[in-house]
Amino acid sequence: MQFGIFTVGDIAPDPTTGYTQSEAERISNMVRIAQRADEVGLDVFAVGEHHNPPFVPSSPTTLLAHIAALTQRIMLSTSVTLMTTNDPVKIAEDYAMLQHVAKGRLDLMVGRGNTVPVYPWFGKDIRQGVALALENYNLLHRLWREDVVDWEGSFRTPLQGFTSTPRPLDDVPPFVWHGSIRTPEIAEQAAFYGNGYFANHILAPNLHFKPLVDFYRERFEHYGHGTKEQAIVGLGGQSFIARRSQDAVQAFRPYFENYPLFRGSSLDDYMTQTPLSVGSPQEVIDKTLTFREGFGDYQRQLFTVDSMALPVEVALEQIELLGTEVVPVLRKEMASRRAPGVPAAPTHADLITAKYGDAEPRQPRPNPNRGDNLSGASPYQDSDPAVAASFPMAV
Amino acid sequence: MRLVVISAGVSDPSSTRLLADRTAQKTLDLLGESGTAASVGVIELGPLAVDIARAIVSGFPGERLQEAIARLAAADAVIASTPVYKAGISGLFKSFVDVLDNDLLIAKPVILAATAGTARHAMVVDEQLRPLFAFLRALPVPTSLFAAPEDWGSPALGDRIERAATEMVLTLRSGVGRSIADSAWTGYQHQFSGNATRSERSASDVDFSTDLMRLAAGGLG
Repeated sequence: MQFGIFTVGDIAPDPTTGYTQSEAERISNMVRIAQRADEVGLDVFAVGEHHNPPFVPSSPTTLLAHIAALTQRIMLSTSVTLMTTNDPVKIAEDYAMLQHVAKGRLDLMVGRGNTVPVYPWFGKDIRQGVALALENYNLLHRLWREDVVDWEGSFRTPLQGFTSTPRPLDDVPPFVWHGSIRTPEIAEQAAFYGNGYFANHILAPNLHFKPLVDFYRERFEHYGHGTKEQAIVGLGGQSFIARRSQDAVQAFRPYFENYPLFRGSSLDDYMTQTPLSVGSPQEVIDKTLTFREGFGDYQRQLFTVDSMALPVEVALEQIELLGTEVVPVLRKEMASRRAPGVPAAPTHADLITAKYGDAEPRQPRPNPNRGDNLSGASPYQDSDPAVAASFPMAV
Repeated sequence: MRLVVISAGVSDPSSTRLLADRTAQKTLDLLGESGTAASVGVIELGPLAVDIARAIVSGFPGERLQEAIARLAAADAVIASTPVYKAGISGLFKSFVDVLDNDLLIAKPVILAATAGTARHAMVVDEQLRPLFAFLRALPVPTSLFAAPEDWGSPALGDRIERAATEMVLTLRSGVGRSIADSAWTGYQHQFSGNATRSERSASDVDFSTDLMRLAAGGLG
């Protein structure tokens, strides 16, 4: 099972000192956080995408490419990549490039995203949010699997003879998770493709998302990708750890109570009623194990640890505690409880084996420049010459 | 039959609660006369005030509020009673309605009631409560109940209570609310795994023939 952290890259004044990080500081702090997560052996670092202050990560692939160069083994991911306001063609290109430079240490989570004004800023209609996410992913899926794509949909300009470059690393697309907290259509799409399904899980009552996770599991089985127990499920979580329980609560309380999202809420209610874990390593371990009891065996657990104006030193210490005291125990406990036949979330190496077995992966080599993608069977040398490109109907 | 009273009265004794209780009792009596067994439950909003405010802020109800919402969802009929404050319904009452699922009370028969310190607020029920329950697509009975201080000494209040209760009993016995929900449920907007008793909770409840579901399954077929 994979354990990691996810961040939205928010900035807020530290309630204990009044200090507000600059964007420059927050960005370099996020890099430090990712590096530390790699050093302590966490499996995943995921970053969100936002296009408004006080968030900094508007360009996740740039940030993740930099982190890829500075880390050794941690898997990089997103939480989430906006499938509604981004052009799926650009997502296909950007994340394929990132997958190459990260040497396959990449998957991504796609979702609708959140704030209302972002839609009109990018020329989209929020009322079409679900349809946008669904259609755009359908196109992305093809762009990563077909060298040449002819396509027409409702939202973006049609494509004729389009090749998304570079082709995915080893011609194996990054694994995709679909993130959703309320929309069965998104869970259905994840199930249809045999992709992963991620429930953010935090900011809602314990087990609130179970019906949607169960729905995804059932549909995953329906589409023949495996049994429902074998479906690929990820969950979010939020933790604040100190060696002594009361120290954790005391240190975390001002950050919780002053954060805009939680103003007027009670920390104690959040601790008992939601997946938020504040306490000793053992308390965080115990609470996280209840997620498995509720949702069944799952593949990925992400914690948010650097949000809510926590100073970077505190966030780094949280990662240290998570990586050294919590996750090692969780790995063992989760493994011992795991039902036989439940797969891990696929890595790039797993996907290569699934596609090629022992054979060498395909390495697409372009044909000499023809100035277009239309004259010839394929833009790549290894294509079947018998396959002809399909042209638009002459009118 | 299960009746649920929502009372936003906060004093004890509360005339808002009293109006609701008298209405509930009359409805029970009339149902009993027509051979229908019924019971009444009460949701007092005062003790839930903090929970309601927290739910507005956090976006989800705590356990006690969730339990109240579940009881309301399971009701066959509702008696909604609020005091009038500052020429409007109680903010507590409105806040409670604000945390309900949009589809929780679809086609559910409701008696609307309000109390006030002066008869000059008499239109608050029809001008504020009725549009609110129209938004919820509930079925308010034709007679609204309103009680100013002098009404507690007037037999006319009892007559109006009986009229509203009669309208409620006839609505319930006709089964029109249930028929509307049975026939038209899919035409309203819903949220997966919501609190409404008819909410979709698993794959077996979901209609996969919609445009969006077809798009989710690759956009083919």
